[in-house]
Amino acid sequence: MASHTSTPLEYSTKQNEMNILGFWIFLGAEIVLFSTLFASYAVLEGSTVGGPAQGEIFVLKDVLIETFLLLTSSFTMGLALHQMRDNNKTAMLVWTVITLLLGAGFVYFEINEFIHYVHEGLTMQTNAFGSAFFTLLGTHGLHVSLGIGWVLMLIIQILRRGITAVTARKFFIVSLYWHFLDVVWIFIFTFVYLKGLM
Amino acid sequence: MDLSNFFVTGDPLILGSQIAIGLTMVGLVVLITYLKKWKWLWEEWFTTVDHKKIGIMYIIAGVLMFFRGGVDGLMMRTQTSRPNMEFLDAQHYNEVFTTHGVVMILFMAMPLLIGIINVVMPLQIGARDVAFPKLNALSFWTFFVGAMLFNVSFVIGGSPDAGWTAYMPLAGKEFSPDIGNNYYAIALQIAGIGTLASGINFIVTILKMRAPGMKLMRMPMFTWTTLVTSVLIVAAFPILTVALAQMSLDRIFGAHFFTVAAGGDPMLWLNLFWLWGHPEVYIVVLPAFGMFSEVIATFSRKNLFGYATMVLSIVGIAFLSMLVWVHHFYTMGNSAAVNSVFSITTMMIAIPTGVKIFNWLFTMRKGRIKFSNAMLWSLAFIPCFTIGGVTGVMLAMAAADYQYHNTMFLVAHFHYVLIPGVVFAVFAGLYYWWPKMFGFKLNEKIGKWHFWLFIIGFNLTFMPMFFIGLDGMSRRMYTYSESTGWGPWLLLSAIGAFILAAGFAALVYNIYWSFRYASRDIGGDPWDARTLEWATASPVQEYNFAVVPEVSDHDEFWNMKKAGRTKIKREDIKDIHMPSSSGIPILFSIALGIVGFFLVFEWITLAAIFSVLIIAGLIANSFDYDDGYHIPAEKVWETERKWRGDL
Amino acid sequence: MLKRQFPLNHVVGFLLSIVLTILAALVAMQTDFASNIKMWIIGTLAVFQALVQLIMFMHITEGKSGQINIINIVYSVFLAVVIVAGSIWILTTGHAAH
Repeated sequence: MASHTSTPLEYSTKQNEMNILGFWIFLGAEIVLFSTLFASYAVLEGSTVGGPAQGEIFVLKDVLIETFLLLTSSFTMGLALHQMRDNNKTAMLVWTVITLLLGAGFVYFEINEFIHYVHEGLTMQTNAFGSAFFTLLGTHGLHVSLGIGWVLMLIIQILRRGITAVTARKFFIVSLYWHFLDVVWIFIFTFVYLKGLM
Repeated sequence: MDLSNFFVTGDPLILGSQIAIGLTMVGLVVLITYLKKWKWLWEEWFTTVDHKKIGIMYIIAGVLMFFRGGVDGLMMRTQTSRPNMEFLDAQHYNEVFTTHGVVMILFMAMPLLIGIINVVMPLQIGARDVAFPKLNALSFWTFFVGAMLFNVSFVIGGSPDAGWTAYMPLAGKEFSPDIGNNYYAIALQIAGIGTLASGINFIVTILKMRAPGMKLMRMPMFTWTTLVTSVLIVAAFPILTVALAQMSLDRIFGAHFFTVAAGGDPMLWLNLFWLWGHPEVYIVVLPAFGMFSEVIATFSRKNLFGYATMVLSIVGIAFLSMLVWVHHFYTMGNSAAVNSVFSITTMMIAIPTGVKIFNWLFTMRKGRIKFSNAMLWSLAFIPCFTIGGVTGVMLAMAAADYQYHNTMFLVAHFHYVLIPGVVFAVFAGLYYWWPKMFGFKLNEKIGKWHFWLFIIGFNLTFMPMFFIGLDGMSRRMYTYSESTGWGPWLLLSAIGAFILAAGFAALVYNIYWSFRYASRDIGGDPWDARTLEWATASPVQEYNFAVVPEVSDHDEFWNMKKAGRTKIKREDIKDIHMPSSSGIPILFSIALGIVGFFLVFEWITLAAIFSVLIIAGLIANSFDYDDGYHIPAEKVWETERKWRGDL
Repeated sequence: MLKRQFPLNHVVGFLLSIVLTILAALVAMQTDFASNIKMWIIGTLAVFQALVQLIMFMHITEGKSGQINIINIVYSVFLAVVIVAGSIWILTTGHAAH
């Protein structure tokens, strides 16, 4: 069975190998992109003129819920990939759907969180802190939303075509993307929320 | 946006251009329809994923943009040719220097270099295409749509006018309420996507698709510079993406990244702009270094001197280039520590650059130099670029920079860096690789006119700026009084600019003449060159290599010729896999352009509605399982026999 | 036919990330260290957690390009440090300090 040979299916062709490497390099670019957003936030976080400060609006409980949703989704995504490598399509899809639900839960809570901030008087237009905050968080949230759509596309393709070299590669790449967003969130959690609450 | 301001009106110059642009476009459409070429254009060019054709499209676009940026330059020099000249008003002058800068850097230098890389690099490493051919087409079309969107600003809505650096707060909504700077933010964003994709594409191509035996340290120098430039693209362009997004949010959605009143920091823009902008200089100059290396080695009939130190210095330049950005704004009032550190890193860049200059000189030493046009440009590059480099070291000293900052001295400096460093290289590269692309050489005699007019014009235009800059003339001044005494210098500069333009015209004539009359019987290797791209036909077969060569050392094609290993055998030829053409890249890019256009005009609802097209493009691409096709070995054999003669 | 092992890697990674998250929250909210010391501690915890994701979930070292991947990520992290630390240094000292 293909999945038990030494190289997993997603690495089985030259083109697949190149696509995966290309995506890793894209993630390098994403690291730079998010660093720039973090740098802007770090420079502007004190500019809370005319609006609430971080400590007045951040709610640790909500942030922790979002964090655990995303961490768990990263874990279930890993399990889905594990099942893919076992060539177990049904289990793979079950874990993928769970991942999607957790991701959607994250987005739901984040939108609620944003609505809460708007009620507290912080929007992107309030001050420089608001601009930097919503841009950083919004970029991450947009990435997650895009990821949900992307995974949906792949579920359809795997249902239709099964686990092939091409679908396995595509799924492996989306799993990298998903884990990467989790990594970004860890830094948002630490350097935006915890720092703001301290 | 008031619709009555939709078209730019008022100035007879602009009205004339609008009519000219309108007529040209109608004329083109009529001509293509009359010649029944739409289908051919769509199938052979618009949907192509062939790296060579994409490269050629980049080069055509780059040359057109060179013309546009050049006209901007001529208008500036005409306006300043005499004191109190009344050719352009202040607003128009602002727009012209802004578009000149943006067009020349992003829509001239970048596409010309990426175009030549596209054509040459896969051939140099013995590959049949780039790693992601469809993505490559997407890169071109997003660049092209971005460039066109930017150029539309000239006739619809108004051009950006805050300089190519678009410094805040000047470029913000408060001080530039017109939509010109929206064009800047959106068009550059769209073009930037393509550049980032190119960077990733080239890195994977070079790392994964080299011919067997071609270790990294056996790659041709141009391929090395492409690799390092691509790494810099991936490192720097996301920063521009964020900076432009912040600018768009500030201008279109009322955010406050750069508005002081709401706690924003205009210097954040400068910081991010140059975090991208400085590496950008090296992104354009490194491939140029690679081209000179190839040309100098070929026409000195020697291998490149100091290959390893050359590689090391390229990597060193790239590493340092991420650590020098503050030298563009020493005068913002940084602490002494900041300015000192960046002063030192900036000066350190001169070391690897100097190493390269000496490597080129030593390559020529005792070589049998052949003064072809490509070689002439490389020879002229060395002294001109050195002037640019040395004045750069002057500017690197933070304390002294307070005197030079934003004067014409700076303008002279970066033109002495970028014109020899990029434009001369592109000319050298075009003369050198033209036969590979089109199957005929450019005429050497007309090329001499091009060369001498351009070199004389270039020095006449920019040398005076050093002196008036030291005399206190700041950049971007649209007029001055006679008592300044700058009049004669600037007149000389204007005359130089027109000689420069005559040089460019000579190039255009050369292309026309050579296309009509030049010999098509030039074989695969007209220069007796050294690297693998010359092992193919001129113009190159669509599959590049019938049999992928095995590489044993540097300058593999030279070794093959010496050892008589250039022939191929029928039994080595197998069916060749090729990627299929795709309409997705061009359609997707057009969708980006439409959404971008609405964003420029701040028509948010329309932009949101048409974003559906972008998402549709992504979905269509996700479901595209086209696996390409094969060229049968028999057909390959026939093609090879045709250009090689009897085997 | 061999059945693949229990996904131990993933479970350990998941538990580690939960523990590290809670630890960071506790350090930030419940301790009395000076705030810059707290930042160093939770920053370090974040880096650890990122490493857990990279190695245990993203299989960074896998495939023929493992080495390139590592160089790529190390270089990107270097850039991240340059961008973040550089921007803070440049924009919050000097003119901004007055």
